[in-house]
Amino acid sequence: MDLDGRFFRREAGRLTAALTRLFGVRNLALAEDVTQDTLCRALEVWKFHGPPPNPSAWLMTAAKNRAVDVLRRQRTARTFAPELARWLETEWTLRPTVDALFAKDAIEDDQLRMMLSCCHPRLPEAAQLAVILQVLCGFSVSEIASAFLDGAAAVEKRVTRAKKVLAASKSLFDLGDAGEAAARLPVVHRALYLLFNEGYHGASPESAVRGELVQEAMRLVSLLLDHPMGRTPATRALAALMCLHAARMPARLDQAGDLTPFFEQDRSLWDAALIAQGRRLLDESAAGGEVTTYHIEAAIAGVHAAASAAAETDWAAIVRLYDALLALRPSPVVALHRAIALGQHQGPARGLEAIAAIEGRERLERYPFYAAAVGEMELARGQAERARERFRHALALARNPTERRSLEKRLIACDGVAGG
Amino acid sequence: MSQFLFLYRGGMTGNESPAEMQQQMQRWMSWLKDLGEKGFVKDPGQPLERGGKVVSGKQKLVTDGPFAEKDLVSGFTLVEAKDLAQATELSMGCPVFAYGGAVEVRPIAKM
Repeated sequence: MDLDGRFFRREAGRLTAALTRLFGVRNLALAEDVTQDTLCRALEVWKFHGPPPNPSAWLMTAAKNRAVDVLRRQRTARTFAPELARWLETEWTLRPTVDALFAKDAIEDDQLRMMLSCCHPRLPEAAQLAVILQVLCGFSVSEIASAFLDGAAAVEKRVTRAKKVLAASKSLFDLGDAGEAAARLPVVHRALYLLFNEGYHGASPESAVRGELVQEAMRLVSLLLDHPMGRTPATRALAALMCLHAARMPARLDQAGDLTPFFEQDRSLWDAALIAQGRRLLDESAAGGEVTTYHIEAAIAGVHAAASAAAETDWAAIVRLYDALLALRPSPVVALHRAIALGQHQGPARGLEAIAAIEGRERLERYPFYAAAVGEMELARGQAERARERFRHALALARNPTERRSLEKRLIACDGVAGG
Repeated sequence: MSQFLFLYRGGMTGNESPAEMQQQMQRWMSWLKDLGEKGFVKDPGQPLERGGKVVSGKQKLVTDGPFAEKDLVSGFTLVEAKDLAQATELSMGCPVFAYGGAVEVRPIAKM
C-alpha cells in the first residue's frame, strides 16, 4: 500500500501527544524518544515488505508496547502523569489505562491539549510556532528552519526554550476548564493564522514545505472544530479564511513555477469544494455576533471567490470590509490593501491618493509589494515611466527569485504602454 | 545463476526526522521492487531486531545484544545473479549507502 507523503510526520505528532499525556508533560523528551524509536522500528520492518494493511494501528500498538515497558522499568525512578499515577502503579490497571489513552478520540483530545499547551502565553509567537511544528506536526529543527528561512541554531534555541516552559507546567492543558480554554483560544487562533500565512504568503512560495505549512494549519484548525471547546465562531471564521485562501493555490503558480499575480489568476482553477466549505464555515461563524479580524478577512476572500474575474469583483464591498478591518486592526499593510481595492473601485488616481494618505507609510518602504502596488496603479493610468521606476525599486527589494521574476514581467509590461 | 546474500549493516542514525524516515522507506521499497521486477530477488528477506544474544566459546557464554550500531546487521535479502561482479553491481543501488551504511555481498556456497 502507498502511504500519503506526510504519514510519518502526522503519526509522529499523534504518538507524541498520546505519550506525553501518559508520561506527563514533564517527560515530554521521553515521549519524543519513544515516538522516534517506534518510527525507526517501523522503517526497519516496513522497508522490506511495505507497510502493513493498517499502518496507523501498527504504530499505535508498537508505541503502546514500548510505553508499557518504559512505565514498568521506570515506575520507581520517575514520576509520570500525576493524574494517572494511581492507574499506572499496578499491573491490573496499567494495560487498560494505556489502551484507553491510545483510543482515537483520546488521541485527538491529546493533540488538542498539546496545541493549547504549546500556545503558552509566556512564549513568543515564533517559539509557539516552532514547538507546534516540531511536537504536533513532526518537523525536525532543520525542516522548520528551512520553512521559515531561518537559521537552524535560532530555531533550535526557540524549541528548546519552549519545551522547557512546557515541561515546567504541571500537566497538559485541561480541556475541561472552560474559562482557561476561552482565554487560551485567541492565542491558538493567532498561532495557526501565522502558520497558515507563513505557508501561504511566505517568502519562498516555490518550496514544497510551504504547502505543508498550509495543510498543517488547516489540519490543526479542524482539530479545534472537532471539539466542542474549540468550535467557536472565531475558530469557524479562521477556518473559513484558510479554506477560501487555500482554494486559490492551484492557480497561484504557472507551469514554470512562477507566481501568478492575483489579478491574472485563472479562477476556473480555484478549488470549488474548498470555496463551498469556506462559505459554509463563514455563514456558521456569524452565530454569536462577535466579529473578529478573521471574520472580515474571510469575508473579503469570500467576495473575491464570488467573482469569476478580477474585473467582476464587488470592489465597493471589499473597500467597506477593509474599512472594518482597519477599525479593528489598524496597520499600513491593511491600509495599502484598502487603497488597492479603492483603486480598482474608483480608478488608479483615487488609489494613489489613498496610498499617499496611509498613516505610517514609511513602514512599508522595505516591502517590495508596496512599490509594486504603486507601479501597478501608475501603469493603469498610463504613466509607464513612473511605473517602471517603481517596479525597478520593488525589484531591488525582492526577497527571492520568484518575486524577482514576477517583477521583471511587470517591467516588460511597461514597455507595451505608449506615452511613458 | 548463483545466489547471494545481501547483509545490510548500519544506515540509521536514530536522529532522522519522520519525513526523512518515510523517504528512506520509500527508497528501499522501490529499490527492492525494481530488483524483483528484473528477476534478481530470490527472497526479499527480513529485517532483524536490534537486540539479541551472542553465544560464544566452549563455555557457551551468553552475552546480550545490542551490538555496535555501525556493524549491526539490520536485515538481509537473497539475490540471484550471474556472478559476484553482477551481484556487487546490483548492491550499488541500495539506499543504505545514502545513510552511511554498508552492504555485505556474500556468495551462497554451492554444494
